[in-house]
Amino acid sequence: MEYEPVIGLEVHAQLLTETKIFCGCSTRFGETPNSNTCPVCIGMPGVLPVLNKKVVECAMKMAIATHCRINGTSTWARKNYFYPDLPKGYQITQFAHPIAEAGYVDIEIDGTKKRIGITRIHMEEDAGKSIHDDLSPFSYVDLNRAGVPLIEIVSEPDMRNTDEVVHYLRRLHEILVYLEICDGNMEEGSFRCDANISLRPKGEEEFGIRAELKNMNSFHNVQHALEYEIQRQRTILDGGGHVIQETRLWDVPQGVTHSMRGKEEAHDYRYFPEPDLVPVVISDEWREKIKNTLPELPMEKRGRFVEQYGIPPYDAGVLTANRDLADYYEETARLCGKPKVASNWVMGDFLAHLNEEKLEITESPVTPQTLAELIDMIEDGTISGKIAKEVFEDMWKSGKNPKKIVEEKGLVQITDTGELEKIVEEVLEANQKQLEQYRNGKEKLFGFFVGQTMKATRGKANPEIVNELLKKKLPIL
Amino acid sequence: MKITKKEIGHVAHLARLDFSEDEKEKFTSQINTILMYMDILNRIDTAGIQPMTHAISLNNVFRDDTEKKSIGTEIALANAPDGNMGLFGVPKVIE
Repeated sequence: MEYEPVIGLEVHAQLLTETKIFCGCSTRFGETPNSNTCPVCIGMPGVLPVLNKKVVECAMKMAIATHCRINGTSTWARKNYFYPDLPKGYQITQFAHPIAEAGYVDIEIDGTKKRIGITRIHMEEDAGKSIHDDLSPFSYVDLNRAGVPLIEIVSEPDMRNTDEVVHYLRRLHEILVYLEICDGNMEEGSFRCDANISLRPKGEEEFGIRAELKNMNSFHNVQHALEYEIQRQRTILDGGGHVIQETRLWDVPQGVTHSMRGKEEAHDYRYFPEPDLVPVVISDEWREKIKNTLPELPMEKRGRFVEQYGIPPYDAGVLTANRDLADYYEETARLCGKPKVASNWVMGDFLAHLNEEKLEITESPVTPQTLAELIDMIEDGTISGKIAKEVFEDMWKSGKNPKKIVEEKGLVQITDTGELEKIVEEVLEANQKQLEQYRNGKEKLFGFFVGQTMKATRGKANPEIVNELLKKKLPIL
Repeated sequence: MKITKKEIGHVAHLARLDFSEDEKEKFTSQINTILMYMDILNRIDTAGIQPMTHAISLNNVFRDDTEKKSIGTEIALANAPDGNMGLFGVPKVIE
């Protein structure tokens, strides 16, 4: 039978605050175990959590960017379960009244747009980290992460294949990073994704029984885990069996999902209102104030680049992949006044060098100023495009400005027709054999003479003039 | 009965409480009485009344995002019966 997957995602994003959500401990990653702790985040009795205002503002930014309704009043709840990395025996989260609801993110696959609904966004605290060692009779717990602020973004079950899932995730990731509220590092767990997935016979309205997938710490893993799970559920259903509602873990080395045993009461969390925290009330004024701080978002920027600079949507997509790159491109385009040429250089040589050396945009030895100068020099005929590549190499290595490099190395393009004519004649003289063959009809050798002339000038000859001269000198075949 | 002895056993397990059969009987009947009282309260017409989520009428109690010195690993682990390399040692949680 043909089945249709129905997929919804829960994304957890760690917020880029200095301190934890309910206490003043640092959120820095990779510190000595349990060094960023205090009585609040290690769950000592009698302590009082106090909400970090920046957490609310970060959540509001994401809510506005994803077109959610921000609830005027939102409240806190305790989610009760026992696990050693949760020192209080409950997680402080939002349940009945989350900060935001009913938004969406638009995705586009091969030119087709689709809207993915967002059910809710809520704030909560992260748990600590458990460390398991096969050889030890203990498990170990580091509570540095306990109390680090998270937002959970819950989507509607709107995705129908793994491509849509990856696109949606990339959009969310991009927005979070653009807003500078999450660093988006999946390996360090700043951006985590769980998926609910079920299959239903194609054409059927009703959803099938779903499984929840966890432990997918890269876009690649998410796609593979979901593809595996679709296949697994299809096999069960085709065999006349029933999918069990359960949590399954993606096993990266084996490339399979495993049932998570021993969590039999996993969904009996007995939520109740958190008596230690008062409601969060968000006024229209506060909402507007935050809205005004929002940067231009990637989708808007993409549209504007296509319109304003006349570059293809694909190029606009590459150039807006992150804010620094978009700014770099815009500055270069503005300075040289040639947005399409600037786009080719930024997407080509610039990104290639950057990726090769794994540098951040801000660490690039070539600045928008020097790149724009280089483009100016090509445009006004000072150097050829080929020489420009060489100059760029040099700029990258030395950080020097292109004018200086061109002067020092004598790379100025030879556009003097008289000088070039002399060189062309020398080239023809020196290659009598090829000239003979050309005269006998081997037309392809025209390129050979162009090449020889360029070589003789070490690439400095203006190729158009060389072409014209050769056309004049060589018999027309 | 509003609640069964089996449900009491389940809730006790979730809270990691170990009760004898006698205790379970006793709590079943006591919680049952409480739940029956809830039925009386449920007869009150509360249409149009906002559910109360908090006992005090305060909201927006915030702190600024400024770091305060942590207590440090040594003090954090002072009450831990088992520890190793600055980590809390706990009974093994993976089978």
